[in-house]
Amino acid sequence: MSTLVSVRGLTRVFDVSKPWLNRVLERQPKALLTAVSDVSFEVAENSVYALVGESGSGKSTIGKIVVGLLRPSGGQVEIAGVDLATETDGARTASMRAEVQMIFQDPYASLNPRWRVRDIVNEPVRARGGETAGLAERLLEQVGLAAEDADRFPHEFSGGQRQRICIARALASGPRLIVCDEPTSALDVSVQAQVLNLMSDLREDLGLTYLFISHDLTVVQHMADTIGVLYLGRLVEEAPRDRLFEAPKHPYTRMLFDAAPRMDGFGREIDPPKGEIPDPINPPSGCAFHPRCPLATERCKRERPEMRTLGATRVACHLAE
Amino acid sequence: MTDARPASVPPPPGRLRRAWQSDFLWSFRRAPVAMVSFLVVTVLVLAAVFAPLVAPHDPFNPATLNLMNGFTPPGQPNAFTGESFWLGTDDQGRDVFSTILYGMRISLFVGFSAVLLAMVLGVLLGLLAGYLGGWTETVIMRVADVQLTFPAILVAMLIFGIAKGITPPEYRDQMAIWVLILAIGLSDWVQFARVVRGATLVEKNKEYVQAARLVGRSPFAIMTRHILPNVLNPVLVIATISLALAIIAEATLSFLGVGAPPTKPSLGTLIRIGQEFMFSGEWWILFFPALTLLALALSINLLGDWLRDALNPRLR
Amino acid sequence: MTTPVLSVRDLVVEIPTRRGVLRPVDRVSFDIAAGEILGVVGESGAGKSMTGNAVIGLLDPPARIARGEVLLSGQPIQNIGREALRRLRGKRMGMIFQDPLTSLNPLLTVGEQLTETILEHMPVGNAEARRRAIAALEEVGIPAAAARIDSYPHEFSGGMRQRVVIALALCAEPDLVIADEPTTALDVSVQAQIVALLKRLCRERGVAVMLVTHDMGVIAEAADRVAVMYAGRLAEIGPVREVLTAARHPYTAGLMASTPLAGHGRRRLRQIPGAMPRLGALPPGCAFHPRCDRAEARCRQDPTPRVEDCGGRAACWFPLAAPADRQEAGA
Repeated sequence: MSTLVSVRGLTRVFDVSKPWLNRVLERQPKALLTAVSDVSFEVAENSVYALVGESGSGKSTIGKIVVGLLRPSGGQVEIAGVDLATETDGARTASMRAEVQMIFQDPYASLNPRWRVRDIVNEPVRARGGETAGLAERLLEQVGLAAEDADRFPHEFSGGQRQRICIARALASGPRLIVCDEPTSALDVSVQAQVLNLMSDLREDLGLTYLFISHDLTVVQHMADTIGVLYLGRLVEEAPRDRLFEAPKHPYTRMLFDAAPRMDGFGREIDPPKGEIPDPINPPSGCAFHPRCPLATERCKRERPEMRTLGATRVACHLAE
Repeated sequence: MTDARPASVPPPPGRLRRAWQSDFLWSFRRAPVAMVSFLVVTVLVLAAVFAPLVAPHDPFNPATLNLMNGFTPPGQPNAFTGESFWLGTDDQGRDVFSTILYGMRISLFVGFSAVLLAMVLGVLLGLLAGYLGGWTETVIMRVADVQLTFPAILVAMLIFGIAKGITPPEYRDQMAIWVLILAIGLSDWVQFARVVRGATLVEKNKEYVQAARLVGRSPFAIMTRHILPNVLNPVLVIATISLALAIIAEATLSFLGVGAPPTKPSLGTLIRIGQEFMFSGEWWILFFPALTLLALALSINLLGDWLRDALNPRLR
Repeated sequence: MTTPVLSVRDLVVEIPTRRGVLRPVDRVSFDIAAGEILGVVGESGAGKSMTGNAVIGLLDPPARIARGEVLLSGQPIQNIGREALRRLRGKRMGMIFQDPLTSLNPLLTVGEQLTETILEHMPVGNAEARRRAIAALEEVGIPAAAARIDSYPHEFSGGMRQRVVIALALCAEPDLVIADEPTTALDVSVQAQIVALLKRLCRERGVAVMLVTHDMGVIAEAADRVAVMYAGRLAEIGPVREVLTAARHPYTAGLMASTPLAGHGRRRLRQIPGAMPRLGALPPGCAFHPRCDRAEARCRQDPTPRVEDCGGRAACWFPLAAPADRQEAGA
């Protein structure tokens, strides 16, 4: 399989300082938040690559950089050989934009409440001056809604139906890659199943590639071919799905798996993980996970672990083997 | 895929039916204060618009005026001519009822135009400040802050003075109304800009705006087609309340003698003229224009209050 | 048999609206014994939070309890009046909400809020109240409690704040705690800490806990019994292991089958067609029948059965067979 997305050394820093005047008066230094730090991975064509992590892991930021909503502070993102941030050929960036789409978390905020469904679904094509006759109707039927729904407004639909509309919009420009940012975490379980099944069907029918962002391990395990685990803006482990769940190498991955509530974990007594996610403005030295890691050594406090390849797994831990 | 088809919603009822059953009209039908206010405003506006048809006299046609009719008390026949006037007459013998209708025309015209100007300017600047951020925002909002430190009426007087200074004297009376609109409009854009900027900041982070950015929509298209329709509710509320304020501002300016000229008196001008006679017993010359102004401004304000509640989804 | 700490009998909550009276909670009955955690699950709008609010007397008007009884240790409390209810809250009923920030007063220190609650409900002096407040913070696992008691809520992290809320709910030693989505806003690792804490406190103190959540995993790990709600009605109630592994109500079964399970790889998920109806547009008969593949004429005509009408487990005219019956049928 060929590589569709190639992310290399991606870094994104946000300036979260107070306004200049306050900072000068209160004599505070600039506050910089490194949301993504030196992340590299590749997504194969027609596969599902999942990024999992808790809050502050930088997974959504990576998604926004990949689709071009945010610029990277360092590193590159290439999609089919085109780097949106540096490409100067207007025609190439325009065609690239059509090939990368996004599905958002909140189906209530991701549709303009004042627009009819038809206009919402057609927008990606109309923005580029394309032909839209009958497009919305066809797409709505493809995602399991009725063609007549094109004349309605978003508030007439339930959360699951809205997410279908979002998917229809994402399909409108004929994309190759869809970045899915927590596409089902706002939905109820029974509706989540509908949307996940729809996404699987569409991937097979249309040969789509998904970059799937989620905090829900069961959903990720259900959807992904390859999984990257993020902690505090860093990629700590990456492996094919089955390998990751059978033999997690990084202590954080293991902690995450242990802590996640399990449907068959009746009365399970676990030793809950220690501590909480540190402040990303002042991340711990060395390996960011060392304050919570049961295995941490002196070296972990000093030295940030490089990504190492262990069989099919890549892991950023001094001790993993 | 057939099993994935969710139960379809029933077809929507007709547009009119939907409008009548809408929450908006429903809350209107349940608010007696709003209904009375709406009635008062409608009657006053219609009376003003159709003043030439409604008014029993044309107070600005010297040919129909009889100085002998001066100071006729309301509802009583004049001592000299025997003519009787519903709301009495002023010193020149003009029918107070008719002057009020014509004066309200000027007041409403100035009010509506000034609010329109303030609204267009404020919405535009608010959208730009909220969506573009950075220096654009800093400059626009600092100007707004500075302007807010002066009383609006002072700003209006300042603008009025400058504008008057640069118009040639022979056009001054003609231009007075337009200068008044400009002065009130420019003194009032700040609240529109502030509210629109705040709403824009909220909307621009919503995912539908990100989706539009993603497909390469221009900032202009996003601002006008996506954000603008979603920030209009608060604008409508402010516009209503501003209308009352603009009418009062116009009356204040005219009362102070810097507004509508006595040849084209607005409600404020009438009040100014009337207060000269208040202590000599001819109370009606002041009283009725003032009462009209009060009714107009109060009704519009009450309507605005109701509108704010009705358009606030949290209070439903 | 001992009296359950909380006993809800045929509870009906109504909201009058212009389009008619909505029933977000419709004839719901359940008990919670001392030391027991009852999980209440359901999708958004199923009425699970509304049930919790009705029990504790925090319904937002115009919502009101129209019928039914709420018995706290056998005493009816559904109509004892605002002031009496307020005194019961804190003293005998504690609550934990989803967002710890909104349930703490940002202007008072954590210690002030704890001692205030203790002083109000317990016959102790200032010094003793403060001592108990520190003990409460230690009990919920806040390190250096004596030093941190004078901090403000915003000085705590999200997980620590939720611990403070739990301490606040428990400091007057209530018999019943209602936890409404207590872990939803938290990360997985912190969620595990809070669940473990709730379980430990419940066991050690013998508190009855009503745990409202949409997360089946949390229910499985924390609850002793589970109540499944659908469209304001109780669909199924029973011991958690039985309900989750051998559901009797088609809705529960569908819910379980549509949840992606760890270790099952990429099989196709079973899905329940459609979505839960809005309260204003409930179908006649059983509210689930339009989505149910077992529905028959009776489900469309007869009013929704209550759990009690159908053998005490699932509110369904045609429940799925119990495992024992299934084996017989298969043999």
